[in-house]
Amino acid sequence: MADLAKKEKPARSKAEAQGNYIFNRKWEPVLYMLPFALGLLVFTIYPIVRVVIMAFQEKYRLSGRYDGFGLYNFQYVLGNDDFRNAISNTFIYVFTVVPIATILAILIANLLNQKIRGMAIFQTAYFLPMVTSSIAVGLSWRYIFNSQIGVMNWLLSLFGIEAVDWLGASGGVAPWNIVAVIIFGVWNMLPFTIILLLSGLQNIDPMYYTAAKVDGAGSRKIFFRITVPLLAPTIFLTMIINMISAFKVYNEIIPFWSGRPGAINNLYTMVYFIKEQFYSKDRLGFASAAAIILFLIIFTFTMLQRYVQRKFRY
Amino acid sequence: MKAEKIRKCFIYAFLILGAVIMLFPFYWMISSSFKTAAEYNSFPPTWFPSDWLNLDNFTRAFEKRNFFVYFINSVIVTFLSVSLTGIVTILGAFGFSRLRFPGRSAIFGMLLAFMMVPFEMLVITNYQTVTRMQMVNSLRVLIIPFISSIFYTYILKNFFDTVSDSLYYSARIDGASNWKYLWRVMVPIAKPSLVTIMLLNAISSWNSFMWPTLVITSNKYRTVQLGLFTFMSEAGSDTKLQLAASTVSILPMIILFLFARRYIVNGVARGGLKG
Repeated sequence: MADLAKKEKPARSKAEAQGNYIFNRKWEPVLYMLPFALGLLVFTIYPIVRVVIMAFQEKYRLSGRYDGFGLYNFQYVLGNDDFRNAISNTFIYVFTVVPIATILAILIANLLNQKIRGMAIFQTAYFLPMVTSSIAVGLSWRYIFNSQIGVMNWLLSLFGIEAVDWLGASGGVAPWNIVAVIIFGVWNMLPFTIILLLSGLQNIDPMYYTAAKVDGAGSRKIFFRITVPLLAPTIFLTMIINMISAFKVYNEIIPFWSGRPGAINNLYTMVYFIKEQFYSKDRLGFASAAAIILFLIIFTFTMLQRYVQRKFRY
Repeated sequence: MKAEKIRKCFIYAFLILGAVIMLFPFYWMISSSFKTAAEYNSFPPTWFPSDWLNLDNFTRAFEKRNFFVYFINSVIVTFLSVSLTGIVTILGAFGFSRLRFPGRSAIFGMLLAFMMVPFEMLVITNYQTVTRMQMVNSLRVLIIPFISSIFYTYILKNFFDTVSDSLYYSARIDGASNWKYLWRVMVPIAKPSLVTIMLLNAISSWNSFMWPTLVITSNKYRTVQLGLFTFMSEAGSDTKLQLAASTVSILPMIILFLFARRYIVNGVARGGLKG
């Protein structure tokens, strides 16, 4: 036994690590990696290459051949009304849902972080929407937003506010459609946001709080002077992760109009546009160009996230 | 002390109000599934259905639609997806964590960059691929494209990396092959991470929506989410029945969450949900 251990030990040296000290058969790693690599190649790597090619391929000619490579698809997509509509809706969605969800989540996480009874019940209540599908729960929201029999308008009526046409388009305009989607989106995003912020709060050294209390700071002062600044990196990261996922908004608009984008096709989102182009209209080039624009936006935010993570971590 | 008590009261009041708002859509969905047509259409709304044993909406929804079949399909897809993805992830993560092969860390770095690419971008080509492979309208088309997950492999690899090398050497000295070492030592140690991965995967499989709408057109292979969607897009269909079907569709996830809340929450706090 001791003898063998001696033999194995030098294997840890760097020079040996480059070789195959860990297995005596060179093909062994291949067997382990093969299923993973195969799936990845077919369903991730190939599609990435393909979508870039398709985005730059010009329209099919009548003959069925390509015209060559160029920026036509991007030109078309950026000039398309539905796509412009999609970009503006997506940005409105991202820059309302994410800040609202973040502010609410900071408040709730801060309260959940105190010593309170019934923690399990509160956690269950606040985190449940995370595991349930937007399609199923969206149906319930659709009923809530119903302009005649919905709970939302009943609530408004208590304050003497007239019924709002949340999901419809009375008079040919549908300004409330996006508001309904935003409310649903905030509700959907809260659990994930609260969880991340709560774990951020739990990482704050309790020493800071003790010190502040000794100095006689009130709870509001503690919140704004200690909690918020120390939580800032987590808040920022959470916001960026949420923005990345909010840019892909799609499922949230499906249940309200049974799969149509808004009451009068007014609520295109970027993903909805991509899906419609390649699936319903069979325009792969336009879909690919739109997908690449979406990717570039997400890429920018991911880079921002990496940068912040590196800056705050140590 | 009195001020402290008042503060606590405020905290509870706020938390309870928030919890009510968060839970209301669930309550509304479930309670409305038991309503009669008159109760459903009343305004002001009916807060409590008169008969909580009125299963009319459930039976009619299940009779009218093949929800039973959809349910079984979803169970099969979720089960197979979790097991197959689990196995592929374990093997891949072990490869990246323990086995030495040329370009290992470079490849892994590249994979992490791929994680940024949204599924919505891959879907264009993947749809064509499965069409060409003649996989559309089958249950396997809902499983196979998702078997290799960079995200899950990344989580598990990170965990494998924390397992001390000395365990490996002693196992090797005792004559265990890599294969045995992986399944007898690594996998049992990594159980918490594995459970987390499997739970996250089960949730995303069960709730998967966009992909099934693209690749399943036959009634036979519909999943629950797809069944709900076709149910709601059907002209003139009864909303009460849709809500009853929705209630049944979210039950498995609610049960899963009640039993495994801690695992799910920890998993989400560490890595976030897929997508």
